[in-house]
Amino acid sequence: MKYLDEFRNGELASIIAANIAREACPAGIYRLMEFCGGHTHAISRYGLADLLPAPVRLIHGPGCPVCVLPIGRIDQAIRLASDHGVILCTYADTLRVPASGNLTLMRAKAAGSDVRMIYSTQDALKIARDNPERQVVFLAIGFETTTPPTAVAIKQAAAEGLKNFSILCNHVLTPAAMHAILDVEGSVSLDGFIGPAHVSTVIGSKPYEVFATDYAKPVVIAGFEPLDVMQAILMLIRQINSQRNNGSAAVENEFTRAVTRDGNQKAQVLVSEVFELKDFFEWRGLGSLPNSALKLRPEFAGYDAEIRFGVDYVAVPDHKACECAAILRGEKRPQQCKIFGNVCTPENPIGSCMVSSEGACAAHYSYGRFREVSN
Amino acid sequence: MNINYIRPLDFKNGRIEMQHGSGGRVTAHLINELFAKAFDNPYLAEGNDGAVLPPVSGRLVMSTDSHVVSPLFFAGGDIGSLSVHGTINDVAMMGAVPLYLSAAFILEEGFLLSDLKRIVESMAHAAQEAGVPIVTGDTKVVEQGKGDGIFITTTAVGMVRDGITLSGNLAQAGDKILLSGPVGDHGMAVLSQRENLSFDAPIVSDTAALHGLVSAMLDSGAGLRVLRDPTRGGVATTLNEIAQQSGVGMLLNEAAIAINKPVEAACEFLGLDPLYVANEGKLIAICAPEDAVRLLAVMRAHPLARDAAIIGEVLADSHGFVQMITRLGGRRIVDWLAGEQLPRIC
Repeated sequence: MKYLDEFRNGELASIIAANIAREACPAGIYRLMEFCGGHTHAISRYGLADLLPAPVRLIHGPGCPVCVLPIGRIDQAIRLASDHGVILCTYADTLRVPASGNLTLMRAKAAGSDVRMIYSTQDALKIARDNPERQVVFLAIGFETTTPPTAVAIKQAAAEGLKNFSILCNHVLTPAAMHAILDVEGSVSLDGFIGPAHVSTVIGSKPYEVFATDYAKPVVIAGFEPLDVMQAILMLIRQINSQRNNGSAAVENEFTRAVTRDGNQKAQVLVSEVFELKDFFEWRGLGSLPNSALKLRPEFAGYDAEIRFGVDYVAVPDHKACECAAILRGEKRPQQCKIFGNVCTPENPIGSCMVSSEGACAAHYSYGRFREVSN
Repeated sequence: MNINYIRPLDFKNGRIEMQHGSGGRVTAHLINELFAKAFDNPYLAEGNDGAVLPPVSGRLVMSTDSHVVSPLFFAGGDIGSLSVHGTINDVAMMGAVPLYLSAAFILEEGFLLSDLKRIVESMAHAAQEAGVPIVTGDTKVVEQGKGDGIFITTTAVGMVRDGITLSGNLAQAGDKILLSGPVGDHGMAVLSQRENLSFDAPIVSDTAALHGLVSAMLDSGAGLRVLRDPTRGGVATTLNEIAQQSGVGMLLNEAAIAINKPVEAACEFLGLDPLYVANEGKLIAICAPEDAVRLLAVMRAHPLARDAAIIGEVLADSHGFVQMITRLGGRRIVDWLAGEQLPRIC
């Protein structure tokens, strides 16, 4: 495939790997967090850890939309479908996230709730148009990448006067989570970030500059292909080496084929027309963070399912043995969780990190658990 | 006046009605006018409750498979040809020569007779091409809303000659793993049709009967241990099944696994891994290492396995991990499919 095969070339990967091995100081340590689940998945799927020398350690970050959704949010969606009889539309990964009472959206569906898997917000709008007698709620989740399509859907619904459509809004913000990783007590020490790919196409590279200036953490924005990740790691090692020789941290952009400093301004305007900052939002693992998520602006509040149906968010503690919170903070690795791979598996996930293929636990279970045996 | 007159079936605009499954005259009419004509063979023509078949000299192999694919018609085939090929292949994977098929239909009230005719004729064509007659069958009708147009269950009986024993528990450390061609064609043909995706080169299902290929492989005398067709769950799931049954591990070479370009593009677009996508005309063979090259040459000489390749080898591993050296040179697990990647593809 044009524009993809070039970034999956094994020979080039081994050249970059050789450069990394040569430039990484054997006595040093390079703790790099890949923020995004997309990177976690690429690293695991292509076995990139095998191409890296011992001093380079990759730490999985919280950038997996379903992983950071707390139980109470899925409970709200299930209540909407079961108690209020709405057609609940959702992206596939969300169907299997564990909620209270041993439920998931998929189990709620099996028990008779009308839960439908969709590929885009346009599908949800179509369902609303086709079922004028039913209320249709879109479970809107995701970082900045998935927010503009939700904004488009809201504007379309408003323009069409679509009265039976609303959203359960869980759109969250990447920079807020990065702040939390660096600020929250108990989070891991990091030497640099592999910055988001798709999120950065929307928000640009500028919002990360504060992490270089105020926290002295290098950030390299990278695409989701394996060579992007390898090249970003090399760029981070060079920055960290330079920092250790009194240089300063910077935001660099490996993903220049898609990301600019200012990002997609049209999308940004669209999002700001429809959404505003929510005072507080509870993240799984990171706690309740200020200004870390979006809600609909007052003029679009009629499309807010929480208001329309009066379903309030109720915080629910995670399963006692589940280490998702510490894993999302980068503080623990999946294999350090007692229930990893025995009680908690992709077929029967206890924590959210075992649900999505972008989750740290699911990625390690599906692609890397042989390492636990051979080590 | 002809007092035995029954109105002919309206294959243009007619639909299945409840009385087509009542067991009465209308059912008999449907069977005679459609199924018996299309499947035309002496066993079926006897019109008895069962087919009486001549004795065979060898062990019998029997396999059954239900087909619920949506959409019913897709590039390269339809539910009819699929239901013939799929069951023939299951028997062939045991090293048997398929001899007879049965077919059971569950039809939904309101299903178009024209579609039914098209499907039945496609089955008849596939069975004739494979040289395996459909010797008995059944038809039931369910009320509208209680089925999805048509479900077809087929059963095949085959005979395996002496000296041939193939089984999923016979893979041994050191054995080579062969794959008969590019993966994912069937699943992506169905899915791209369902999602209305079109590509420069259309994706065509690989649905085919593999017993001819299997026969050539057996005749080569290569030390075959396991044959299996990687249908639902794809190559990844099939290899995990074999690894578990045999209590071994496997190491694959990603670069050796062929994927047609449009399939690769469609998988990329939909976020699917082609190793988990269904095939309906491919097989995986595990054989003694010393015979692998010879077996590969035999496979490549057959039109259904021109792109066959040795994709890996069997390892001693009590954990049963199927591992793969990726195109990037790293190593990872190729795990069982978790959950459901593609609904209803076969």
